[in-house]
Amino acid sequence: MAQLYSSVKPTPMLKDELDIVIPTIRNLDFLEMWRPFFEQYHLIIVQDGDPSKVINIPEGFDYELYNRNDINRILGPKASCISFKDSACRCFGYMVSKKKYIYTIDDDCFVAKDPTGKEINALEQHIKNLLSPSTPHFFNTLYDPYRDGADFVRGYPFSMREGAITAVSHGLWLNIPDYDAPTQLVKPLEKNSRKFDLPLRLPILYVDAVMTIPQGTLFPMCGMNLAFDRELIGPAMYFGLMGDGQPIGRYDDMWAGWCVKVICDHMGWGVKTGLPYIWHSKASNPFVNLKKEYNGIFWQEEAIPFFQSVTLPKECTSVQQCYLELAKLVKEKLGKVDPYFITLATGMVTWIEAWEELNSEEGTEAKAPNGKNE
Amino acid sequence: MSLAEINKNEVDIVIGALNADLTQFLTSWGPFFSGFHLIVVKDPELKEELNIPEGFDVDVYSKTDMEKVVGASNSTMFSGYSCRYFGYLVSKKKYIVSIDDDCVPAKDPKGFLVDAVTQHVINLENPATPLFFNTLYDPYCEGADFVRGYPFSLRSGVPCAASCGLWLNLADLDAPTQALKTEKRNTAYVDAVMTVPAKAMLPISGINIAFNRELVGPALVPALRLAGEGKVRWETLEDVWCGMCLKHISDHLGYGVKTGLPYVWRNERGDAVESLRKKWEGMKLMEKSVPFFDSLKLPETALKVEDCVIELAKAVKEQLGSDDPAFTQAADAMVKWVQLWNSVNSSA
Repeated sequence: MAQLYSSVKPTPMLKDELDIVIPTIRNLDFLEMWRPFFEQYHLIIVQDGDPSKVINIPEGFDYELYNRNDINRILGPKASCISFKDSACRCFGYMVSKKKYIYTIDDDCFVAKDPTGKEINALEQHIKNLLSPSTPHFFNTLYDPYRDGADFVRGYPFSMREGAITAVSHGLWLNIPDYDAPTQLVKPLEKNSRKFDLPLRLPILYVDAVMTIPQGTLFPMCGMNLAFDRELIGPAMYFGLMGDGQPIGRYDDMWAGWCVKVICDHMGWGVKTGLPYIWHSKASNPFVNLKKEYNGIFWQEEAIPFFQSVTLPKECTSVQQCYLELAKLVKEKLGKVDPYFITLATGMVTWIEAWEELNSEEGTEAKAPNGKNE
Repeated sequence: MSLAEINKNEVDIVIGALNADLTQFLTSWGPFFSGFHLIVVKDPELKEELNIPEGFDVDVYSKTDMEKVVGASNSTMFSGYSCRYFGYLVSKKKYIVSIDDDCVPAKDPKGFLVDAVTQHVINLENPATPLFFNTLYDPYCEGADFVRGYPFSLRSGVPCAASCGLWLNLADLDAPTQALKTEKRNTAYVDAVMTVPAKAMLPISGINIAFNRELVGPALVPALRLAGEGKVRWETLEDVWCGMCLKHISDHLGYGVKTGLPYVWRNERGDAVESLRKKWEGMKLMEKSVPFFDSLKLPETALKVEDCVIELAKAVKEQLGSDDPAFTQAADAMVKWVQLWNSVNSSA
């Protein structure tokens, strides 16, 4: 039956099984607002940019911090796969984590309120999403049937009602939507809004649903408010080569999302999207964004048909194998679009090598960061 | 797009009358049906005279009318909930909106009555996006858009073939589910319309649906009839089968199917536990249908909707015919339906 997690049973906190990964280049003041929700969790801070800068972390949080020096020290030559001057560097945090689950959030994202005015515990919702099954093989018109109050509709095959394991929970954003640069330029003042007017103090668009993205369908995965089962899909969550020295930016999470979805589809795992919402406060400069995204806008037209048509061989039974196969295909098929993809494919392989190394028995010792609180 | 931009002359509202007294139904929908042409089709097995209040521009079809158009032997195709398909057949409009006669307008979270007809037409008039999932749902809705990472080449979308609405109060759950949770009512108003991705299968409910008749009319097939089919939705599967065919054909032809808003308020009717007592073969038929549709590939040469239906019927007969006579009958009905469609619509 669908109701595995009723409102009577509290959602497990998973505080010893989940790490919160936060990339930052400025400060972590935003954590103050999240304190009631994050304080009991271990944080992995990935400091981008100038490693000599001291990042101020509010008192009372349990964290480990990695700057570029740490990344270089820990990975050695393999550090080449981790982006510099781009929030894509956050995936280093996934690699060094020892936990089963990861929640990653941007440092300009705050606690949102639902339409009743209640603060949203985004982390709790992500945990609910991850701990309940997905339905990738048949779309349920009442959305997530495992949510309180929902169920499978008439006609939904009974043999599919146990669902599939959930690998990813993709949350959304209120206030500043995640638009690309051209859209931002055309719609400068728009907030995430709807045709019905609501008082401005409330979130303007709130879609009260979680749903599984069907198998075989790709989506634009945003890394601003994202949770996943690291033990399942972690090795596929590489955020690519972006930022400094690279011809592209703001496609890190997109790239990871396409790879992740193809692999989840192959493995029969589910990807959910929808709740929870966070409040995205900062609209980045659309002109700066345009420069970063420029190549991506053209390259995605080639990349997407590639991902839509890729089939992974049956022999690929682990995520690492799937990912290495993908890297091979990226080099073969997308290498012709631009040499960047050959570099990226190499980065993908290096990432897996680094992942294997760090997540083996011997790799544990090498991981200790410099910026670790006592 | 707003109310002012809807061309009411392009829409027929088709109501299958399984209840004789349509007074409450039509009175509550009055404000939203005003200005539209209605087609009311009476279940041929319903004995009482229909009671329809004044003030509607309506054409009523009963068993005798059906027999004049399709012949006596074919009128059985339109019994029970399938009577509404007769309305689809004889309509001459571009869009059809069809709502079960036990549903009334729902209220949105602000307390306003939902104009389901207008919402359906808006859904149908705007493109669908089946080839790539937009995480902010309907990108053509005022105030929303395509998110970062959505390919630009796919942003013009494709024609929308169908708009599947939802239900507050009594949701469209099956008998076992509703019987297990007799008190369960749907109170969640999810404020979104979205396109169901290409290749994804879904159970389409006939309770609150609209479609582009000019685009996909023949694909709305009254075909699968359960042996013990009854007069409550728990005892039918005709719409779910129709929906599987419609979705598959839409995917094949490059059209989209939307789901979500509008909601209607579905009144209490029937008894799920009672329905459960009947030997419910719908479950078994669904289990057999799923792998069939999952692996089905219509030939590239099937470019017209009618051809798609014929090919589908052929495949049903070949692959599912031996599993259950209901499938053979469905295949035959689909072929017959296309014949009727062509004959009725060519003489128009």
